Amino acid sequence: MIELKQVSKTFPTLDGDFQALKDVSLTIQDGDIFGIVGMSGAGKSTLVRCINLLERPTSGQVLMDGEDLMTFSPARLRQARRSIAMIFQQFNLLMQRTCLKNICFPMEIAGVPAAEAKKRALEYLDIVGLPDKANAYPAQLSGGQKQRIAIARALASNPKVLLCDEATSALDPTTTRAILKLIQDINKRMGITAIIITHEMAVVEEICTHVAILEHGNMVETGTVEEVFSNPRSEAGRKLVFPEGAHIDQFPVASVVRVVFNGGSSYEPLIASLAIDCGVKVNILGADTRNVNGKAFGSMLLGLPEDKSEAAKAMNYLKAQRDVTVEEVPDYHG
Amino acid sequence: MDKFLEQVKAALTEPAMQQEMLTGIWETIYSTLLATVLACLLGLVLGVILVAGEKDGVRPLPGPLMKIINAVINILRSIPFLILMMMLLPVFKPLIGTTIGTKAAILPLVVAAAPFVARLVETSLREVDKGVIEAAQSMGCTPFQIIWKVILPESKPGLVAGFVTALITILGYGSMAGFIGGGGLGKIAVNYGYNRYNPGVMIVAVVLIVVLVQLFQSVGTRISVSLDHRITDRGGKKRRSKETAHKIDTDKRDPSQPML
Repeated sequence: MIELKQVSKTFPTLDGDFQALKDVSLTIQDGDIFGIVGMSGAGKSTLVRCINLLERPTSGQVLMDGEDLMTFSPARLRQARRSIAMIFQQFNLLMQRTCLKNICFPMEIAGVPAAEAKKRALEYLDIVGLPDKANAYPAQLSGGQKQRIAIARALASNPKVLLCDEATSALDPTTTRAILKLIQDINKRMGITAIIITHEMAVVEEICTHVAILEHGNMVETGTVEEVFSNPRSEAGRKLVFPEGAHIDQFPVASVVRVVFNGGSSYEPLIASLAIDCGVKVNILGADTRNVNGKAFGSMLLGLPEDKSEAAKAMNYLKAQRDVTVEEVPDYHG
Repeated sequence: MDKFLEQVKAALTEPAMQQEMLTGIWETIYSTLLATVLACLLGLVLGVILVAGEKDGVRPLPGPLMKIINAVINILRSIPFLILMMMLLPVFKPLIGTTIGTKAAILPLVVAAAPFVARLVETSLREVDKGVIEAAQSMGCTPFQIIWKVILPESKPGLVAGFVTALITILGYGSMAGFIGGGGLGKIAVNYGYNRYNPGVMIVAVVLIVVLVQLFQSVGTRISVSLDHRITDRGGKKRRSKETAHKIDTDKRDPSQPML
């Protein structure tokens, strides 16, 4: 289990101190795939670097299985880092070593005998699906392949935790999916906790079980992916979950409600039923539904008719539906 | 003109001259190589200290120590080479026994060239991707492991190019040392061409120096490029050869000038 307690990080800059993290507290259970999302500059990368102390928090505690890493001696910290592997947006492979030697590297550092290291490295190459690239150099690989090698290298130190710092941000959508699938696979098969830093909500919904949303160094929201996706409480969360929300403001409609599908019922023809059962015509201003862990989630923005009684009828009908949350959108500017 | 051609012919055909030229070539090659190896070892250590020891390096050293090292390097580099050699010749006399000849020039050459090599090494080491170093830190590498297993191997092609630059520079220095009693082809050019007004012999000695430089440079470029696993195709190798040769060429500037 990893716990961050009131972690703050301040960087001194020429125009005074810049506070990248403000009292962030987080708990990540073993076996979770924990997403940390936020816009660029929200402090995500700093936060993940605080977990293995590549950045030392200015104040706060970083507990791993109850022990505060901040109090460790340099030697003990190096030992601890071997159980916290990390992969990066830019892969950061050793360009002058073959893939096999790259994967051997952490084992070399840990003093694993060369023959055994090689044997294990070949197994990891197999796990990441590149058994034929042992003697290739990183420059000969595509971005997705490089990240696979980086993942194999991360696994080689037998970690308990895998930190992914924008690991898919330099990859195309298809490759991104494949890499995420691989991380999910590793999480399931080996029970490695994964912490995924990303600015893309799509990555979170694809594989994460839990999510925390960062904004300007503050953690504004955290919970299971289902909770946060079905009902984001913070402004930053809403922006990330419904990024298209802003554009809808342009349509001239009387009042607007947001219908949120909490799993299950989004496949039922809700709007058609509404028209037939109540005889009320609603305007679909925007819709964004998605599949999270096998359940349907998403939201729809509906413009209700100007007639107050018809609007009320529609609201009552929608509120009566199972697995659907309805809320008025008060900050709507017609 | 006829006289000049005769001198050239004599320099190439007379057995005594031939012998002198061969000795000169040998002296030049061995003093240059020996001085380069020693200067590169010294420069490598200094370069690593400069990069690893700075404030956000992998093994920060006390600030005052870094300031002293930097100052010594800068001072040694700002003394014109021939003057530095003249100052150093007597310093090494107790060790070598003489201030004249090929042997006497080697250690002063090393001391004069090492700070230059240190700066070349520093430049190459700084080119290593910070992300790769961070990755190594995240795996629990010690500072020494990061230097030995990450920074040095990753910058190998650049280091080799730097060493070739050093080799060529030291060859040039060694030839200039002919003026102050050094040996080799430089001495022949100075003695015959300058002191005895025999431009024919001088031209032959100079051509031989140029041939040696070209040889070192093309072999060095080849080694540097073949060591670089960042390039994988023939076109890339060709392009990199050109770049490296250019780099080595343009680095032939006065080593006692600050590099930008």
